[in-house]
Amino acid sequence: MIDHILTLLIFFPALAAMLGFVVTKDSMRAYGIAVAFIEFALSLCLWYAYDPMVSGMQFMESMPLIPQFGVNYLLGVDGISLFIIILSTFFTLIGIASLTETRRIKDLIITLLFLEMTMVGVFAALDAIVFYVFWELSLVPMLYIIGAWGGPLRIYASIKFFLYTFTGSLIMLVGMLFMAYLYFQATGMWSFSILEWYRVMVPYANEFNEVWWMGNYQIWLFLAFFIGFAIKVPMFPFHTWLPYAHGQAPTIGSVILAAILLKMGTYAFVRFSLPLFPDASVLFMFPIAIIAIIMIIYTAMVAYAQEDIKQVVAYSSVSHMGVIILGTFALNVEGVSGSVFLMLAHGVVSGALFLLVGVIYDRRHTKLMSEFGGLASVMPRYATIFGIMMMASVGLPLTINFVGEFLSLLGFYQQSHALTLTAGVAIIVGAIYMLTAYKKAFFGPVTNEANKNLKDLNKTELVGLIPLTIVAIWLGVYPKPVLEPINNSVEGVIQLMHDKAQSPEAKARIPDLSGNEGTISMQEAH
Amino acid sequence: MLEPVNISLASLNIATLAPMLIAIVGALSILVIDMLKGGLNKSLYVMISLLFLLLDLGALVDFGGVFLKNGTILGFFDVMLMDGIAILSQIIIVAGSMLFIPLALTSKRFHEYDYPEYFALFLFMIAGFQFMVATDNLIMIFVGLETASLALYTLIALHNRSKSFEAAVKYFTMGALAAGFYAFGSMILYAISGSVEINQIANVMAEDHYSNIGYVLLSMAFMIAAFGFKLSMVPFHTWTPDVYEGSSAALAGYMSIVPKIAAFVVAMRLFEFLVHSGVAWLQVILYIGVVVTMTASNIWALVQSDVKRMLAYSSISHAGFVMAAILIGTTQSNTGLFLYWALFSFTNLGAFTMLWVNRQKNLLPGQSSDHPYEKFSGMVKTMPMAAVMMALFMLSLAGIPPFALFWGKLYMIGSAVSAGYTVLALIMALNSAIAGYYYLKLIVFMFMKEPMVGYNQFYFMNASLSLKTIIGIAAVGTIFAVFAVNPLLKVITLFVYNSGY
Repeated sequence: MIDHILTLLIFFPALAAMLGFVVTKDSMRAYGIAVAFIEFALSLCLWYAYDPMVSGMQFMESMPLIPQFGVNYLLGVDGISLFIIILSTFFTLIGIASLTETRRIKDLIITLLFLEMTMVGVFAALDAIVFYVFWELSLVPMLYIIGAWGGPLRIYASIKFFLYTFTGSLIMLVGMLFMAYLYFQATGMWSFSILEWYRVMVPYANEFNEVWWMGNYQIWLFLAFFIGFAIKVPMFPFHTWLPYAHGQAPTIGSVILAAILLKMGTYAFVRFSLPLFPDASVLFMFPIAIIAIIMIIYTAMVAYAQEDIKQVVAYSSVSHMGVIILGTFALNVEGVSGSVFLMLAHGVVSGALFLLVGVIYDRRHTKLMSEFGGLASVMPRYATIFGIMMMASVGLPLTINFVGEFLSLLGFYQQSHALTLTAGVAIIVGAIYMLTAYKKAFFGPVTNEANKNLKDLNKTELVGLIPLTIVAIWLGVYPKPVLEPINNSVEGVIQLMHDKAQSPEAKARIPDLSGNEGTISMQEAH
Repeated sequence: MLEPVNISLASLNIATLAPMLIAIVGALSILVIDMLKGGLNKSLYVMISLLFLLLDLGALVDFGGVFLKNGTILGFFDVMLMDGIAILSQIIIVAGSMLFIPLALTSKRFHEYDYPEYFALFLFMIAGFQFMVATDNLIMIFVGLETASLALYTLIALHNRSKSFEAAVKYFTMGALAAGFYAFGSMILYAISGSVEINQIANVMAEDHYSNIGYVLLSMAFMIAAFGFKLSMVPFHTWTPDVYEGSSAALAGYMSIVPKIAAFVVAMRLFEFLVHSGVAWLQVILYIGVVVTMTASNIWALVQSDVKRMLAYSSISHAGFVMAAILIGTTQSNTGLFLYWALFSFTNLGAFTMLWVNRQKNLLPGQSSDHPYEKFSGMVKTMPMAAVMMALFMLSLAGIPPFALFWGKLYMIGSAVSAGYTVLALIMALNSAIAGYYYLKLIVFMFMKEPMVGYNQFYFMNASLSLKTIIGIAAVGTIFAVFAVNPLLKVITLFVYNSGY
């Protein structure tokens, strides 16, 4: 079974969702929790069976789908994807367990299980087309969740979300086809396997001349993939769909969107852009770092100006995605490992914050901060957990975010001192808006009559929030079991990048870890 | 005195006529049955048509085997030409017809199906399309085209609604104009080359190095106009939405698939040798035509308020997308054309059948067309399974993986990239993104809005077991297309490559 555990992980929720059609409505939530729990347990088995000392892919599965065109059903995990898969199954479980939605619960849970299939699929796929299939398919359940259970502007928000991402992905698809064509030119065979693509050195011209913009495939391909990923992350200035999506989505939608779906973009940078286009990555390192810093500062400022507490969390989530991007484009082991770790941290923390916002929304049906104040005295348990998560979000040491942010900045510090300092200061200043929001909502006297009799967290909500709090502190204090496998796999990626780099600048920027050249066989593309 | 001409019967190779003759015999036998005993039920005629089409398909598969062994089969002084693309397109035509003809078995009574002539005309039309693709003789193409078109006009008009008459007359007038253009274009080709066979014409032109290029271009202008009408390329598309709206959904779905594949094959024969010999002007015109057809029809589709009209514009856009294959003109792109169309026929079959089963007899007060978006409002709450099916077909049309049409799009865009048309590939991809909006609109209505009072009584009003079966077949084909792609690609590549395209 362990040989096919990835297939099982991908299709078990989908199969369960199909069977879910016959489960009656009142038992649906229990059924959903059971399925999500089994899936989570399976993903823990995956972790258990995973060998942390190996840097390459494990649990590989391969089956030809369209051999004529080089499309294979190719799966595998390494340290980078392993924990994001566990995060996906974990959050689906938490999300269903703490679900307070009552309208059409059956449809919602079936949709969530299908969504889980696509999420695990994206992170387990090693064939670009299979990756693309799950990547696109994940839009459909999310469209439905936002559009059917969302707020008053839900249809606008869901269509904007869908079309924005869809457009970006189609440009990425052209990029993928072109990459496959380059592989075809180099080898005479079609292939969409990412592992095969890693062996291709995509043409890159160092100096500017008249053919520079035509034949410089690496730059064009980097940009084509970049658009698809940047919209998903979302990077400034492609982020405009996200506040709408978060603002209108039901709690469960926001939780999954922030915790998992956004990670697809940053994960794809590590999986595709970096190892496939090392020279272009170095070329665009500073522009992207500057965009990332703008993201951190600009969205922090916007967050500060928000009156809706959910929007504060949404913008802070975008702001932290900027740090992930910064770490990714540090292009060294510390930075990339840190950013992968931060993906997990960001998932846990922002997912928890959205759950917490959902708690108060369920009670008061408003998310405006001016409506609250003094909640700490009415709902002490709620205020405590919110406080811990908020501290984790601003990156307090000994919380999960700190580890990721610190490593990301440490990584980028080796590339540029000035930019790292700017980013570091921006992150610290960014804490202001979270603390202000917290102050407004939780401290001071209870002014609003409606808040006087609010009930504290109930069992359902605690079941979802306590595990998240534990994880947020546990991995902040002792990140090693997660960080080590990530580190091993990232080392492989960085070494691959160094070996493939063509320009001297890229060779210099990307550290050489092996000490000896040419451990990975390569083929020159012409 | 004329010389007596001796022809051995064997040299005629009458067998090349077999597939068409089967369809014609089928049509005649339906007429004979009606003559002997009138007033029989439509189910009999549907089954007879199906049987003859099955025989037809069998004959074609047989020809496929012979073709792969011995190469192109010629007959009747090279008038009949059974090459790979002729056989492939006939298989798509006949298989497509077999899936559409059972749509006559509705649970409600419809006027046109009471006439056995409807089924006879249907079979004549199929024979016409088969003649059209199985030859490279310009006159034969014309005869096939007109046989099929005249039958089709009548089928539309039989739908006994005022809009149907309007549609039929509109289609007839436009079709006649297109036929005129076609005749004029072929006349010029005959004048400069002295032949009516496309490969002869190509040889003659190549021999004198396109010295009559002015005339060639003039004739191509007429031909582009003629095929523009048939394939509903912008700006010759204006008839399409009206005709689709006027015809029954079953026939509209049929029109979006079968006549077009026939026209594509002829366009392939006619335009590709010119594109290959580097007639830059034609390339530019085709390029513009493809891009404008895809983009403009997508934009028009955005503003439609009726689902059937939206599907009409969307089918124009798909035709533009596929027309790119003829512009690119590589084996891969031509393979992509057939693959795309085979997958498209499944999905479109499903989409139009869904409209057909929800067809109501009389319009509600205030309802301006048969299938406004509002009709499908909140369908997921009243008929969840049907809504999921419809959404499935819409997602497939939008090119969301892993549904059928995604693989066609993937292969087509891939062929554009590998032929060096990167910009075209990007335009094709972005057009898919625009198209996403209007397909999504229906999904939004079905899944995210509240049901409208009055409309839900029409859901599945027409449904009968056979219609549901057709929807099931289409859905299975749409979902599991990924497993069919590789075998299809293999066969299609073999046929296309061996026909020299």
